[in-house]
Amino acid sequence: MAEHFEFAVIGAGPAGLAAAALAAQTGVAAVVLDEQPTLGGQIYRSIEQSPLSDSNILGDDYRIGEGLVWAFRASGARHLGGTDVWMVGTDRGIGLASDGKARIVTADRILIAVGSQERAVPFPGWTLPGVMTAGAGQILLKSAAVVPSDGVVLAGTGPLLFLIAAQYVRAGVSLKAVLDMTPRANYVRAAPYLPAALTAGNYIGKGLSYMREIRKAGVAVTGAVRDLRAVGGERLEAVTYSAAGRRHRIDTGLLMVHFGVIPNTSLSRSIGIDHEWDARQVCWRPRTDEWGNTSVDGIAVAGDCAGIWGAQAAAHAGRLAALEAARALGRIDTAERDGQAAPDRAFLRRDRRVRPFLEVLYSPESCLDAELEDDVLVCRCEEITAGQVRQAAQLGCMGPNQVKAFLRAGMGPCQGRQCGDTVARLTARAGGKSMAEVGFLRPRPPIKPISIETLAKIEEAAAAMPDIEQA
Amino acid sequence: MTRTFDTIVIGGGLHGCSAALHLAMRGQQVLVIEKNTVGRHASGVNAGGVRRLMRHPAEIPLAQASRELWQDIEGLVDDSCGFHSTAHVKAAENDKDIRILEERQRLVRDLGFEHEEMIDRAEVRRLVPAIAPHIVGGLVCRGDGFANPFRTTKAFRTKAESLGVTFREFTRVTALDRQADKWAAVTTDGVYQAPILVNCAGAWADVIAGWLGETVPLQPVGLMMIVTARVPHFNDPVVGLASRALSFKQTEHGSVLIGGALRTTADRDRETTRLDYARLARSGRTVSDVFPDLREIPVVRFWAGIEAYMPDEIPVIGPSRTSPGVFHAFGFSGHGFQLGPIVGRILAELASGAGSNLRLEPFDIGRFSGDEARPSSQGSTM
Ligand SMILES: Cc1cc2nc3c(=O)[nH]c(=O)nc-3n(C[C@H](O)[C@H](O)[C@H](O)COP(=O)(O)OP(=O)(O)OC[C@H]3O[C@@H](n4cnc5c(N)ncnc54)[C@H](O)[C@@H]3O)c2cc1C
Repeated sequence: MAEHFEFAVIGAGPAGLAAAALAAQTGVAAVVLDEQPTLGGQIYRSIEQSPLSDSNILGDDYRIGEGLVWAFRASGARHLGGTDVWMVGTDRGIGLASDGKARIVTADRILIAVGSQERAVPFPGWTLPGVMTAGAGQILLKSAAVVPSDGVVLAGTGPLLFLIAAQYVRAGVSLKAVLDMTPRANYVRAAPYLPAALTAGNYIGKGLSYMREIRKAGVAVTGAVRDLRAVGGERLEAVTYSAAGRRHRIDTGLLMVHFGVIPNTSLSRSIGIDHEWDARQVCWRPRTDEWGNTSVDGIAVAGDCAGIWGAQAAAHAGRLAALEAARALGRIDTAERDGQAAPDRAFLRRDRRVRPFLEVLYSPESCLDAELEDDVLVCRCEEITAGQVRQAAQLGCMGPNQVKAFLRAGMGPCQGRQCGDTVARLTARAGGKSMAEVGFLRPRPPIKPISIETLAKIEEAAAAMPDIEQA
Repeated sequence: MTRTFDTIVIGGGLHGCSAALHLAMRGQQVLVIEKNTVGRHASGVNAGGVRRLMRHPAEIPLAQASRELWQDIEGLVDDSCGFHSTAHVKAAENDKDIRILEERQRLVRDLGFEHEEMIDRAEVRRLVPAIAPHIVGGLVCRGDGFANPFRTTKAFRTKAESLGVTFREFTRVTALDRQADKWAAVTTDGVYQAPILVNCAGAWADVIAGWLGETVPLQPVGLMMIVTARVPHFNDPVVGLASRALSFKQTEHGSVLIGGALRTTADRDRETTRLDYARLARSGRTVSDVFPDLREIPVVRFWAGIEAYMPDEIPVIGPSRTSPGVFHAFGFSGHGFQLGPIVGRILAELASGAGSNLRLEPFDIGRFSGDEARPSSQGSTM
């Protein structure tokens, strides 16, 4: 018999931790699965053993995570760290791999709480060594206290840009420049949403304090930057860009870019869960009800993988999903669920008021709008350029899945995690269609690579045979 | 409004596109109706094996003729289709396997064909340096190869379109009607007419045959594939085994494609397949045994496509036995990709009344009347 879980939570970030802890309190046997060995997810990574000498670098928010971890530890929910989830089936089979061994387990209910990923925005030179996403830099900073060498340029847009900059400043990293690519027009467009945003949590205040902090540290901040370009031969040598009506150049060996985050939907897409295009957040996300239920029975989503609402909202959404799981598993009735959910719903209602402002202010559209030159790499795994994708579109490939079959774009190990939306955008433009019309790449299991040898050793393989949409 | 053509092809897989191309080359006005998108099913997602090795005796002449077309595929469709000419090898793991392969070689020679050849252990190693030491010999067919399936199907479509063929995608044929001397194809997007109908509807083709009163025991089967991350070039031939399921090739991009008629269940109404992880794990073990150096390489994707299987594992190709002007080509049972170029030509010959010089009796739809399904003899899938 395959191992069976009552409530399997995938992801040990705020949504997953809060959900598992609350479910366990209602008597549900909950287990959290995460590829990382430690609890905390992306935002509170390594929180229980942060190697940073001064955890102030990561700020107060990081400490909220400590509360979540304590509650989780106290709840009796289980934690299986260092465990890759490489597939989930519609019949709630879950493929796990750890220590080179794979197995397939089953669950009565599954909560996907796998968070967000950085939005990949290609620009000339973005694949040069020496260009990396700020998130990748942040992961290094959090887990190994590796700070980038001197002379970092940080560029992009999004609510996290200045937080990242502030964290670097606190860690003693010398920031040569922060290139803020948010267009001035966005401030005007976002202004009407400001009053509502101010009634949410103290987000705007915090954002302004990060800006003050980096200015005080003497970091040069340039606004309304356009046409970012990474230049160099073998590796990055300089960054060029337009601002205030002319071209500028900064010599640097390291460019960090950040264009906001989008839901991590590889797993939910691979299961065949219905998704919808969110035009305001400019991303796909699973179609859900308020409790996180998806189009597939018994599989729910919570946290940023269901739409970008932030870490605090994620914990509350995780609690809603846990209450719904407890109800579905017969531990509480609907009235109890609704009663217990009231404070979480109230929090979310208030918290979400900040989003319209942030979404309009930090819309990535202007960065995505630039007509990519033909030779810019779009799919790094298979080395496919923007020009090739355009040509495929002209030859009649109507969406990213056809481009994938035609060019292999999105067929590499990342299965289009990085290039999927860019390929879709290029095809949509070439065909005069919307993103919603051209659709999204369907990743295939395994959504995390497993070796031939691990595959050969799958135990209990017959236990689960999930449906997948035909190729 | 009803639109009229010389021939209507149902199904935009490789066979439908190839039929349309060959008909257009004969000057016909052709319409291809596809319920999904062209190449969305078996033709776009298969393993791309272009193989004569181990074909059912009845298919050998067709496979030989198709090979001629593959050798100059660019001349036919103005695109290379990603075709690489290379050997296909069936490797023997023990003496019993050797005897199986020797018997196969005898059978093929007795039929007068020379393309399959026994080779010793050293020659297998020379062709496939990465193969495990326990391999004792094999059967080889030189000058077979592999191509990119979606690109191939698309190239046939593009060439057909350039010769005036009309394609209607996201359009499903829902009924057929005989009106005077024409067929009316009732679709989700209106009615189309033509004196000739070609049924290339793949795993759904029995439904269409059924409308014409022809019951055929077609079984939709899911076929699974495994693909690895790209690794530096180490292998040219397509490798199978005499008595274990395996089809192994390294693509031009470096990834390794692993298949071998790995069957699973398919739901053709919902157009979904299931992945049978027990069988995939077995394939993982086979590859670990036969290519031990590859144990560490990462698998990045499994997928499955829906294929039409006939009980005797050879297709139906030829005229309807109940309805004038209707021709069938379906049920390729896991190995129809290689046959695509020639089957289109055969259909065009039949539809234009010329007749084919290839022997089609074994593929007659009438062979199933009386519901007597003959067991498969020499058929093999790779
Ligand atoms: C995973 C896999 C690996 C394979 N590997 C190989 C290989 O290596 N070598 C080899 O030679 N062969 C291989 N094959 C087999 C080969 O792919 C098929 O035999 C071949 O592609 C069949 O082509 P087709 O045109 O008959 O069918 P399809 O490609 O399935 O096309 C039929 C089309 O008809 C359409 N259709 C059906 N009903 C209707 C309707 N009512 N109205 C409108 N449209 C309709 C369908 O949507 C479909 O697109 C493999 C198959 C699979 C699935």
